[in-house]
Amino acid sequence: MTITDETPETIDGAARVRQRGEDAAVLRLSEAQAAAIGTDATTPDDDERVLLNMGPSHPSTHGVLRLMLEMEGETVIRSKPVVGYLHTGMEKQAEQLTFLQGCTNVTRMDYASPFFTELAFSLATEKLLDISVPERAVWIRMLMSELNRISSHLLFMATNGMDLGAVSMMIYGWREREEVLRFFEKVTGLRMNHNYIRPGGVAADLPDGWKGEIEALLELLPPRLEEYDVLMTGQPIWRERLQGVGTLNTDEALALSATGPILRSTGYAWDLRRDQPYLAYDEVDFDVIVGTYGDCYDRYAIRLNEIRESMRIVEQILDKMPSGDYRVQDKKVTPPPRIRIDQSMEALIHHFKIFTEGFKVPEGEAYACVESPRGELGIYMVSDGSSTPYRMHVRGPSFINVQAMPHLMRDSLIADVVAIISSVDPIMGEVDR
Amino acid sequence: MMFAQDPLYAGDWLGDALITGLKVLVAFAFLLVAVMLNIWFLRKVISDFQNRIGPNTAGRWGILQSLADGIKLFFKEDLIPDNSDRFAFKLAPYLSLVPAFLVFAIIPIGGDFNGDNGDGVVSIFGHDTLLQVADPPVGVLWFLAMSSLAIYGVMLAGWSSGSKYPLIGSVRASAQMVSYEAALGLALASVLLVSGTLSTHAMVIDQSGEGPAFFGNENILPAWYLLPVGIVPFVVFIIAGTAELNHPPFDLVEAEQEIVGGFHTEYSSIRFALFFLAEFMNQITMGALLVTLFLGGPNGPAFFFPEGWWIGVFWFFVKLMGFLFLLVWVRATLPRFRYDQLMDFGWKLLIPLSLGWFILLAFIQIGRDEDWSTAQFVGLGVGLAAAFVALAGMLTLAIRNARNERIEEMEDAHG
Repeated sequence: MTITDETPETIDGAARVRQRGEDAAVLRLSEAQAAAIGTDATTPDDDERVLLNMGPSHPSTHGVLRLMLEMEGETVIRSKPVVGYLHTGMEKQAEQLTFLQGCTNVTRMDYASPFFTELAFSLATEKLLDISVPERAVWIRMLMSELNRISSHLLFMATNGMDLGAVSMMIYGWREREEVLRFFEKVTGLRMNHNYIRPGGVAADLPDGWKGEIEALLELLPPRLEEYDVLMTGQPIWRERLQGVGTLNTDEALALSATGPILRSTGYAWDLRRDQPYLAYDEVDFDVIVGTYGDCYDRYAIRLNEIRESMRIVEQILDKMPSGDYRVQDKKVTPPPRIRIDQSMEALIHHFKIFTEGFKVPEGEAYACVESPRGELGIYMVSDGSSTPYRMHVRGPSFINVQAMPHLMRDSLIADVVAIISSVDPIMGEVDR
Repeated sequence: MMFAQDPLYAGDWLGDALITGLKVLVAFAFLLVAVMLNIWFLRKVISDFQNRIGPNTAGRWGILQSLADGIKLFFKEDLIPDNSDRFAFKLAPYLSLVPAFLVFAIIPIGGDFNGDNGDGVVSIFGHDTLLQVADPPVGVLWFLAMSSLAIYGVMLAGWSSGSKYPLIGSVRASAQMVSYEAALGLALASVLLVSGTLSTHAMVIDQSGEGPAFFGNENILPAWYLLPVGIVPFVVFIIAGTAELNHPPFDLVEAEQEIVGGFHTEYSSIRFALFFLAEFMNQITMGALLVTLFLGGPNGPAFFFPEGWWIGVFWFFVKLMGFLFLLVWVRATLPRFRYDQLMDFGWKLLIPLSLGWFILLAFIQIGRDEDWSTAQFVGLGVGLAAAFVALAGMLTLAIRNARNERIEEMEDAHG
């Protein structure tokens, strides 16, 4: 299949998706109606059909996703994802937190790839502030993003293996992810929820010897990925389980606004890193991985190869990492250096003000988006000129990809449902912000 | 009717009863301890596969872990769901546990088959007897009967739970076990063609001593049935046996990631433990049966035969451990089959394969009995093969046609 950069006709896909919604894919029942079906074993019109609630607590619903499945035997006729079981009001909470505190909040959304939400938040804030961060900060951000993409996809490898019954894969995926997280811990002090990328740059410079650690990591990963190939890619049962399961075509994926590996698996090469370059992605060389069939196997293979592409990017970052400051030297945004606090009362007051009151952000609105491991992650921010956002909205790729699930699941078996949930790879923290 | 072919029953009845009771007790205790160690072995080995340590706290090397788990489960609250059929719900664990115990009765676990008294008879307190609880003339049919019965346990457990996941598990169980029982039975039939007897004891005696000559040397190959029966029934038996055990990659009946726990989702406390006791016990029994049918049971290799009953026990356990290790290896490596793929695999591959092999063996057997010449063998063989190919071709065409029709229908339906 040839890959085109032109936008295909989405009207067609939208019509087809709507059609599917009306007669096949999406279960349109309220909770009360569903409960009635659930308790009444002798539903008059169709007693062969069973309504099965999968989740919110189920071994393979990736947290607290709940699926209402209307089944005939083991075949899923229609389904409906129900979200909200992890809702903590993080978007609302952002309105109470200053722009400096905001990162601690958003980093907890997509807990498997925290750097990306931090990055989107910082980019949006910087757009409003109209500042540009130093070169080194840009490249550090890129380095951390790509490492995070690797760790997030490794987590996918682990959970995907586990969901399909290859239990050892779970441990192998986590083992490699742990190596990446160890580097994160060294740089940011935390394994997850780093609050490292902040408006104005990053929280700290890279530690001594970081190059050596990453080189060791880049040496360690390729043979391990080849092990995955043996365990999964070429495994006949694995291929049987994934190929042709949960298919979607480009039109439908676009109509459902699915992004990330789901969209790319249909053969449509849409990657924000290449199509709307942010940071310094136009200065590094990498390939956008696309699939052909839009099935679970393609999504698996895309993620596996994206790990390899990310490693390629990281290698280039190692060579090109510029020297300089790791945060912008703007007195409004940046706290004074530690040594100045001991010397000057004004510096102490300045520091105190920045961390309590925060810095004021000019009135306006901005949207910044990044290519997270799950798709387009965007943050839309409205500022009223105070030190907290007036409104922050997150376009979470997990949330939007979840709506593709009923269409992927139509006419599949329970075992396929599990494979499909896994291949959509939703992070419920981001779904339920 | 003869209850069992055991020299024991020629003696006085009191002694017989006491010795038989002793054997039953030993077999019972052995199975319980073996299950405990089997679970520990599984967890230790699989943690090695997965770069983990595994159980290491209870006892030396964590060897008492399963005992601790068992005690914990025993003291847990026993929950019975409101929607359940209480009688069947309580009955089900026993229905799978009791057959698991009973099958082991026909397994010869030791005895000296190579020494002067090469019939495996040992003497306990002056009574001559066999190192197996019973040796009924129906022999391995007992195993088939019991493993069919054990399905009821799983099926009733799922059905009586009054919940949806267990129901799916129970439907899967009945279909899966019935279809793999067919492949298992056909693999077993191939062995019976060669052995000519159903009795496990007679089979083990038949497999003792020296095997066929290998480059003129008679001491290398053992007389195990694996050689005359061939590798195909052996492999089919292992695969179908694994499926019969609900062991990965065929563990669809439990499939934690799909249907939570399948038939035992609603079970708790000791009833839950009983299912697992039965499952691990079945692993041991299946391994023991595989060893008996194909690998000569307690017979060691022909070149190594010190005397004494223990040497039989030793070899038996070496082979059994080999099978159990294979199970763990498979569990650690393979993803799970999907339901329809499992059925395809069983019906379209294993059953035709073992049936074809069975016919081939019968063909050779008849030829040998009738003293056919090589030319006759080759001629009939080619004819038979041609018939097979023609049949297979017709079947393939029919299947392809049916599939095309289905695809067209689906395309019509979905546009």
